[in-house]
Amino acid sequence: MDRRHVLRGLGGALGLASLRAGGLARAAEAPLAAGLPDGLYDTATLETLPGKRPLIRLTTRPPNYETPQSYFAGAITPNDAFFVRYHLATIPRVNAATWKLDIGGEGAAAPLSLALSELETNFEQIEIAAVCQCSGNRRGFSNPHVPGVQWGSGAMGNALWRGPRLKDVLARAQLRGDVAEIVFDGADSAPLADTPDFIKSLPAAKAIDDNTIVALRMNGEPLPHFHGFPARLIVPGWTATYWMKHLVSIRAVTRPYDGFWMRGAYRIPNNLFPVVQRFVSQETPANTPITEMVVNSIIAAPNEGQRFRMGEMIEVRGVAWDGGYGITRVEVSTDGGMNWREAALGPDGGRFGFRGFTYRFAADAAGVRRIMAKATNRIGQTQVDTLIFNPAGYHNNVVRPTTVTIV
Amino acid sequence: MRKISLVTIALLGAAASAFAQERPVPLKDAAGRTVTENICSGCHSLDYIRINAPFMNRQTWTASVNKMVQMFGAPIAPNDAATIIDYLTVNYGPTTGSEK
Repeated sequence: MDRRHVLRGLGGALGLASLRAGGLARAAEAPLAAGLPDGLYDTATLETLPGKRPLIRLTTRPPNYETPQSYFAGAITPNDAFFVRYHLATIPRVNAATWKLDIGGEGAAAPLSLALSELETNFEQIEIAAVCQCSGNRRGFSNPHVPGVQWGSGAMGNALWRGPRLKDVLARAQLRGDVAEIVFDGADSAPLADTPDFIKSLPAAKAIDDNTIVALRMNGEPLPHFHGFPARLIVPGWTATYWMKHLVSIRAVTRPYDGFWMRGAYRIPNNLFPVVQRFVSQETPANTPITEMVVNSIIAAPNEGQRFRMGEMIEVRGVAWDGGYGITRVEVSTDGGMNWREAALGPDGGRFGFRGFTYRFAADAAGVRRIMAKATNRIGQTQVDTLIFNPAGYHNNVVRPTTVTIV
Repeated sequence: MRKISLVTIALLGAAASAFAQERPVPLKDAAGRTVTENICSGCHSLDYIRINAPFMNRQTWTASVNKMVQMFGAPIAPNDAATIIDYLTVNYGPTTGSEK
């Protein structure tokens, strides 16, 4: 067994411990789970972006950094621990004083531009806890592996987002009755002029949902740069591909938007996953845009490879989430899935956010123990035991074990 | 985005400085490395290649390079694309070990 495999096995504990100790001359080993592509273990490192804690760097340009698993012990993910994800490498530092949000399109009778101060003061401000999860979170565990950013479990976070409702903003533009979709563009773009700009659309009905907001604040602070300053779209329940950062334009359109990032990306085969909310105007006979998140959970503590003494109490902590139906039950197994017991749920912070869970048990037998968590939501959906393979590696909610040793 | 003027100027500055500070990502030293590094790094850092190895093969690396040309508008001449595909297949394909 070489060094790499040892580290992979001891994973989280070692990486974070050495980081906290500080003063290591070498780059800290990233706390990576097993099962990811070999090339990731030789490439990913813990790195600190401006204003952030050390995150696991997967790619540098555009920046893609994930949150170490141990941060999911709390239901709210701190801004400086939140994952970073961009598609295209030209990312502006937006000047709030000159920034404007244009609202228009052929479906808007009264196009307008709003300054940041107008969004802050002329609209009711809503605050909502919502999970922002990359569609490709856990892609790296796909078997077989599929191309893309090889995310582990940390391309997600839960924050309190605050800003005006999108429907209130759209109302100022006086939408026509035949609007099909609302189209969103951010200030980031590609180095090449011929690369399709990252532009996304939502069904009109989802855009005017009471919970869809234009966030200006995140966990009580102005949106940090890496999370879309000064304004980003929040689409509670749906994957982060729709949560446009650095918003500059919102357009109401009467026909389905046909750009590359809608027609050529972020798609799942029809009828493969148990999703309720669809994006009908973008469906084809073969596939459909990814929409709501599937029910899922993560164990944040103990760390992979952690050791306990006989008689010690072991506290299992983590979070569960879904597409907005609400988590009703989390079960924990301490014997690799043979027996399951109900975990205690933490405070209910709203149906779109992380729901914390804890489960305590005594280290009563020496040996290796595989701890697992499985979440169930209000409409009876639960996690799967075996992967539902799809070409882009989306919607991976396989129950994942954390292995500890009792000595 | 649609309206470009002021933001574009800010962007160019940001992109240039990001490039300057970027930590180099070494690729394996073999035939085709320079062409691959020069062309691919025009739009993204080279860690994208390393993390997608060694499970990709000639077919999937070819699809990836073709996607850069056809979908993302990368101006890669056919002979350079062939060089890149060969380099990636040989050095970041299924029979290769991972980087040390």
